[in-house]
Amino acid sequence: MQAPMRLEFDYRQFDFHSSEKGYAFKSEKGLSEELVRTISAQKHEPEWMLAMRLEALDHFNKRAMPTWGADLSGIDFDDLHYYVNPTDVHNAKTWDMVPDEYKKTFEKLGIPEAEQKFLAGVGAQFESENIYHSLRADLEAKGVIFSDVETAVQTHPELVRKYFGKIIPYRDNKFSALNTAVWSGGSFVYVPKGVRVDLPLQAYFRINASNVGQFERTLIIAEEGSSVHYVEGCSAPVYSAASLHSAVVEIVALPGSKVQYTTIQNWSNNVYNLVTKRAFAYANSDVFWLDCNIGSRVTMKYPSIYLMGEGARAEILSLAYAGKGQQQDSGGKVIHLAPRTTSVITSKSVSKDGGRTSYRGLLKVAKGCTGVKSSVRCDALLLDEISRSDTYPYMEVEEEQVSVGHEATVGKIGEEQLYYLMSRGLTESEALALIVLGFIEDFSKRLPMEYAIELNRLVELDMSGSVG
Amino acid sequence: MALLEIKDLHASIGGKSILKGITLSVNAGEVHAIMGPNGSGKSTLGNVLAGSPVAVVTTGQLLFKGEELLSLSPDERARKGVFIAFQHPIEIQGLKFHTFLKRAVEAVRGEKPTVLEFRKTVASRAADLHLPADFEDRDVNRGLSGGEKKRSEVLQLNLLRPSLALLDEIDSGLDVDSVKTASAEVNRWQRENNGAVILMTHYKRVLEFIEPDFVHVMLDGRIVKSGGPELASEIEAEGYEALAKLSPRVEEKGVGKDEFYTSLIKLNKEKADRVPSVGGG
Repeated sequence: MQAPMRLEFDYRQFDFHSSEKGYAFKSEKGLSEELVRTISAQKHEPEWMLAMRLEALDHFNKRAMPTWGADLSGIDFDDLHYYVNPTDVHNAKTWDMVPDEYKKTFEKLGIPEAEQKFLAGVGAQFESENIYHSLRADLEAKGVIFSDVETAVQTHPELVRKYFGKIIPYRDNKFSALNTAVWSGGSFVYVPKGVRVDLPLQAYFRINASNVGQFERTLIIAEEGSSVHYVEGCSAPVYSAASLHSAVVEIVALPGSKVQYTTIQNWSNNVYNLVTKRAFAYANSDVFWLDCNIGSRVTMKYPSIYLMGEGARAEILSLAYAGKGQQQDSGGKVIHLAPRTTSVITSKSVSKDGGRTSYRGLLKVAKGCTGVKSSVRCDALLLDEISRSDTYPYMEVEEEQVSVGHEATVGKIGEEQLYYLMSRGLTESEALALIVLGFIEDFSKRLPMEYAIELNRLVELDMSGSVG
Repeated sequence: MALLEIKDLHASIGGKSILKGITLSVNAGEVHAIMGPNGSGKSTLGNVLAGSPVAVVTTGQLLFKGEELLSLSPDERARKGVFIAFQHPIEIQGLKFHTFLKRAVEAVRGEKPTVLEFRKTVASRAADLHLPADFEDRDVNRGLSGGEKKRSEVLQLNLLRPSLALLDEIDSGLDVDSVKTASAEVNRWQRENNGAVILMTHYKRVLEFIEPDFVHVMLDGRIVKSGGPELASEIEAEGYEALAKLSPRVEEKGVGKDEFYTSLIKLNKEKADRVPSVGGG
């Protein structure tokens, strides 16, 4: 079966890169006000957007690096290209219009083929720009918008201005400030009232050159009673120098809407992945973050849901898989700001070959939010003695009439489980793979089938290499 | 040539000697019952034959179809036709019986049944063994009663169709009807495959349904007496104690109840204890 996006642990498969000769624009290394003005001018932005970028830049410069979480000392902000435009062809509507060099890249990653089979729309970002964007015609006719944010700033300025930076202000953290200052690309999704998008919209982010920073910006607006599932994937070649991926994703789920956001993060081991993701969920809406982190050197990411209206539901289901040299610091936050809201946070982590996973989560229930139900569960699996897993579950419950549960487990691969499976003829690596797949089953069964098959294939392949 | 030749087998768990010189020859189609009290080493014998990582063989030989088994891993032994029905089948979260059984059949039998064919086969075997209708879609051994777990082991025996089955107390904790059901399926496999059985049991009851050709009495890691089916009745009448007195070799005190399994659990616990501590809030 064709996978909707290819995934790799053995990153040599993704370690191809296209020539940079034809690049339309590549900023010098380093960050400056002049660069921010250049980006804004190239995108022909309105004054308000430039003003916000400049304020954000100022805030980024003043704000200290976070002292908690993962080790970020490998990032050299002066050693990055902050804006790289590979081509003047942006948002091509057919793959034939995409320059060959880049088209080949996405073909290797399986994107055009998947588009035909499982997807309602596709965005493909190469370095800083979306070079391809499509949406099924019937959805377009119903008023669904799926474009990059630059386009939306031009075509739907009122919608963008209403929500952009309102869910995640640039002041939120150092990296949301950085993103706001130099953002480029990403997705704008608008689903009109009552419209249900039946198949996922998928965006794919490719970093190609060395020392690149990718700062896409995503804004999803689901009007009343609408539904949409957005999937993002990513990859990059392997370089010795660090690259930085720092996105901001804002979701507005209006009353009665349903939004699922699926991330399959498969960056190479030189990428720092520092992403801020947040959703506002209004009355009786349903927001689901499905977050799969299997790549990158360091990931710090805690998708959040603010439950703003009565009856809203939040779910965050995450998988962190850390191998040699990797640190996955992830989790989720749910803030209950209305009565009778519910949340479920489930985290699964697998650490091996010295990899490190941390669950970091916040559950907050504001005073007066009666009838809230929440459960938090994190399970960690360690495949060897040199790997590590930590859990930091924070809870702030200010209301008494609530039901809140928390459970955490840390386990080792059981000798007796391996023996049982091996006594039925399975090799040690097959047995190990089946145990790991069983452990992550709560996660993989919620992925769309095609992605789950690809993930399972990947885990089996990885385990066959880990038993000597 | 015998199917299985055990020659002067000694094995220990955690440095403690459990098997103290077992010699036994088993031919295709034969049923051997090993009877003994708790702690006599029955489970360890079965698990040593299956290749458990817990027991260490100190001396002795294990020949299966003329080939030395001791250097082979459990999966290699399974693929050569050795099967063990466990006394305490282990649970595996998230792994469905369907996936597990299909992979096992592919590995051991080299067959590649389609999902549909395989579901049909398993459903029919499961019905014969009075297992729940949704059996295949459950996690391996999770949410099954003790009896269902044992019957699921027998189902696996019938799917994998080995030439030697080691049945470790498949009767313990089962009511008479369950023993009957499980035994009928063991007999079916045995008949159809001319299978050899080593049946480890504490009680005679199961031998009414799986009729042994030979009965061996095991005490403190040794076979102290061998005979025909009539020996089982003797034990029932006189008890193991009386037999123990017959054996001048029994001197040391027997090992504790379920020695093998407690060691296995301990091994895992030790590993779990080495896991770095969970950070605080």
